[in-house]
Amino acid sequence: MSQRYRLPNGGRIDRSQVLDFTFNGQRYQGYQGDTLAAALLANGVDIVGRSFKYSRPRGIIAAGSEEPNAILQIGASEATQVPNVRATQQALYAGLVATSTNGWPSVNTDVMGILGKVGGKLMPPGFYYKTFMYPQSFWMTYEKYIRKAAGLGRSPLENDPDSYDYMNHHCDVLVVGAGPAGLAAALAAGRSGARVILADEQEEFGGSLLDTRETLDGQPAAEWVAKVIDELQGMPEVTLLARATVNGYHDHNFLTIHQRLTDHLGDRAPIGQVRQRMHRVRAGRVVLATGAHERPLVYGNNDVPGNMLAGAVSTYVRRYGVAPGRKLVLSTNNDHAYRVALDWHDAGLKVVAVADARHNPRGSLVEEARAKGIRILTSSAVIEARGSKHVTAARVAAIDVAAHQVTSPGEWLDCDLVATSGGYSPVVHLASHLGGKPLWRDDILGFVPGDAPQKRVCVGGVNGVFALGDALADGFEGGVRAATEAGFKAVEGVLPKVLVRPEEPTVALFQVPHDRNTARAPKQFVDQQNDVTAAAIELATREGFESVEHVKRYTALGFGTDQGKLGNINGLAIAARSLGIGIAQMGTTMFRPNYTPVTFGAVAGRHCGHLFEPVRFTALHAWHVKNGAEFEDVGQWKRPWYFPRGGEDLQAAVARECKAVRDSVGLLDASTLGKIDIQGPDAREFLNRIYTNAWTKLDVGKARYGLMCKEDGMVFDDGVTACLGDNHFLMTTTTGGAARVLQWLEIYQQTEWPELKVYFTSVTDHWATLTLSGPNSRKLLAEVTDIDLDRDAFPFMSWKEGLVGGVPARVFRISFTGELSYEVNVQANYAMGVLEQIVAAGKPYNLTPYGTETMHVLRAEKGFIIVGQDTDGSMTPDDLNMGWCVGRTKPFSWIGWRGMNREDCVRENRKQLVGLKPVDPSQWLPEGAQLVLDPKQPIPMDMVGHVTSSYASNSLGYSFAMGVVKGGLKRMGERVFSPQADGSVIEAEICASVFFDPKGERQNI
Amino acid sequence: MLHIFCPHCGELRSEEEFHAAGQAHIPRPLDPSACTDEQWGDYLFFRDNPRGLHHELWIHAAGCRQYFNATRDTVTYEILETYPIGARPQARAQENVPQLAVTGQGEKV
Repeated sequence: MSQRYRLPNGGRIDRSQVLDFTFNGQRYQGYQGDTLAAALLANGVDIVGRSFKYSRPRGIIAAGSEEPNAILQIGASEATQVPNVRATQQALYAGLVATSTNGWPSVNTDVMGILGKVGGKLMPPGFYYKTFMYPQSFWMTYEKYIRKAAGLGRSPLENDPDSYDYMNHHCDVLVVGAGPAGLAAALAAGRSGARVILADEQEEFGGSLLDTRETLDGQPAAEWVAKVIDELQGMPEVTLLARATVNGYHDHNFLTIHQRLTDHLGDRAPIGQVRQRMHRVRAGRVVLATGAHERPLVYGNNDVPGNMLAGAVSTYVRRYGVAPGRKLVLSTNNDHAYRVALDWHDAGLKVVAVADARHNPRGSLVEEARAKGIRILTSSAVIEARGSKHVTAARVAAIDVAAHQVTSPGEWLDCDLVATSGGYSPVVHLASHLGGKPLWRDDILGFVPGDAPQKRVCVGGVNGVFALGDALADGFEGGVRAATEAGFKAVEGVLPKVLVRPEEPTVALFQVPHDRNTARAPKQFVDQQNDVTAAAIELATREGFESVEHVKRYTALGFGTDQGKLGNINGLAIAARSLGIGIAQMGTTMFRPNYTPVTFGAVAGRHCGHLFEPVRFTALHAWHVKNGAEFEDVGQWKRPWYFPRGGEDLQAAVARECKAVRDSVGLLDASTLGKIDIQGPDAREFLNRIYTNAWTKLDVGKARYGLMCKEDGMVFDDGVTACLGDNHFLMTTTTGGAARVLQWLEIYQQTEWPELKVYFTSVTDHWATLTLSGPNSRKLLAEVTDIDLDRDAFPFMSWKEGLVGGVPARVFRISFTGELSYEVNVQANYAMGVLEQIVAAGKPYNLTPYGTETMHVLRAEKGFIIVGQDTDGSMTPDDLNMGWCVGRTKPFSWIGWRGMNREDCVRENRKQLVGLKPVDPSQWLPEGAQLVLDPKQPIPMDMVGHVTSSYASNSLGYSFAMGVVKGGLKRMGERVFSPQADGSVIEAEICASVFFDPKGERQNI
Repeated sequence: MLHIFCPHCGELRSEEEFHAAGQAHIPRPLDPSACTDEQWGDYLFFRDNPRGLHHELWIHAAGCRQYFNATRDTVTYEILETYPIGARPQARAQENVPQLAVTGQGEKV
């Protein structure tokens, strides 16, 4: 019998289905219906990991998402590794492979643990800050090792083979949690006809009803659950999401739900199934039925395996048929926890004693325990546990709660399980995600959700309504309220009968007193996931951390994936007592999404691999691929970078392409340039205001280069705009700036000048642009067009309509290379055919396709700027030596004019764009390199500018660059120096930025 | 994720269809040349950062591409109203709309 802690019967498990699994390399067996935690406990596995800071052995404490210790690494292969899975939330499946996330060489014999024992006293909060402060520059080095030692799971090194997705929903009522209150709420909302989503994080709906001793209408509670689920499943407007954690409550009732669709089936999702799904829900009303977490008591050595939450013990016994021990000591401050002793007793196990902090408890469950002969010690509590790797005894002593004192030496009771209950903390996390402050209620000793602007209703345990009958009624009422507020009819319902048990009040007990003071007592853990002790919190308050947020950050209380589920209230209570104030006054820390960890897979959904970002292809993309283009990403576009031939590298290809354009003719796919069709009677006036230069006199059939500035006077886009008709223009923008420019035009038209009648349409994708450039471009184009290309009939900076390759086209005679150039625009879906005709006709002319790299070189030889490369948002047209493009006499104060006339923009010695010629023509200035006037000056040197564009291979025969230099336009012929990282210095001469054909004759032939 | 009523489409749509475009009701001076550098700097760079109601400019970028204004509470993130350019807000923020004394303002913002 391997499962030696499995009870002979009981539980919602299927004993006929035995499942094999491994934990830390050891093989075990469990049953269908187990969680991994239940199966581990059934096999007597007590140590599941080592603690974060002190490396102490830790065992399973809880049965749900609040588990702080059993956080494991799951995955049978490298690709399927999932870190930080709570064993209490992982359903067991055949072949499951789990390992502890820390502990070396193993969790049972751990080297760090020895250090932890010695180092315990030496590692107060702030230990790392205090110890690794000097020298400050070493922190980065220390941190690497500290993080490694802490270790909380690891990410897989291979790609996840499974798929994940998103689903968007709208619903009238979203019910969070399917315990008694949530089920009743869903029933009420569902019956009203509202569209309802019910989500619960567990494997099964029912929450506490799955392990309660109570009956509903005289039947086991689980039968009522089954009936309700059956009814809900029959409602067409109701969606049930199991294994679905509502992790975030976001603005305007937008909630994210992380559903684990196949995590319970195996290491990988079955073929064709999605592993996890993120539901994105916009809910009309939200019903929060998130329940409450039992609060552990804080006492000495309360982290030794064998210390558990009382309610979790009941869950393991009743739901999984597992007894996590043989001899139980229960320590409580409330009536409700007595059911644990009764469940234990009923399972035929030994209840050694119940320690009750109250003076004279007489509630019905207490009396029932008494009647069964269970030993009850009043005004008492477990003040410390004993055991190194598992609990062997508990020390129960009389205590004075009010004075926080131990009043008797107490006695050591032999046991192997200590269960504690310190009351119940409503799960206010979701209710607080949007900043809502929870309210402290003395009567229930817990925080409940405060008022919030969100359209939500809180019901049941989260509302402080703990008794089963009350929770059902509260849930139903809340469901009715949510549905009616969402516009549906109110329904009536008969709720099942529940035995009403008079319960006596809970006494406020958080940290149990010890006969030594907190600092000297055995460690009393408040937050086991982050290894925060009561002594650490007291120390933090003594060191002056009084705000709850500061205490949290200093001690790490409730950090990270824990989000303060078990330790929060106890920590607050200890800090409050230490400061001599009330818990209400102390307040809580912020709760943030996500409630429990979410996998990156679920966050990414389908947005990974080639679907990560849209990719844009031009109409000619297939041709580029066929012709061996190397591609470059420009924004979302794939643009040919260069077309290598016969094993050429970039340099060789670019040199060949440049030569072909200068000597004969080249072909560039310029389709990616932004194209905006502008129409309306005020289109011309609008251009006057948006561009820096004047547009009043541009005739139909002509085109003009324009610069665009922001209001601050700095250049932000450029391009050629052609006049297609009196009220009709076609604007081109930079490839990356297309969307930005359109929005820029729209904001001014819509918000500043709505009286201007002008309309904008993006036509970037509608037209393909083939640029023919080079001295033979006219001869080549003439072979495929009916347009008169005569030098005077079709002059530079004009455009004509006609057929190219038999297809209607607009041909623009403009040039970005300095050569005779024609930009042929055809409807995009005809582009491939036109291209093929041009290529066929181009054979005798050595027509050479070229990419963006050659385009950059050719334009730089001409000194044409590329916005975003030669500009950086701090350069005016004058800085770029483009004052010729500024309409200084335009009547309207166009965008940029006032800005570029600010004092700082007109001062002397601004950085100005100039050409740079390395004195040694074989040297190449790296782009971005800083420039100085005197390379011998001491460091830090006085920098006067930097290189913006630089090219080694080109048609000039020497390396050249463009850059900005302070007062550069007045420094022609002077030398600047660029000190390099290797200590060398490149010397360059400042020159005009037009290197090739300075008179601009070639484009006019 | 905010739920925003586009006054042009007449529908509540999700935030991912929209872009925020800064504080609303900042008219471009009718005669920028009449502004001092300081006034121009105020117009360009200085914005309110209120705790409470804030009038904001938004664009329904992946929808009708129309700009509109919204009054939003920066504490609760509630949107009290959205209204077209040129309309005045019903819910008024505490702060006064910045005034440029020496220059006229566009009226349509």
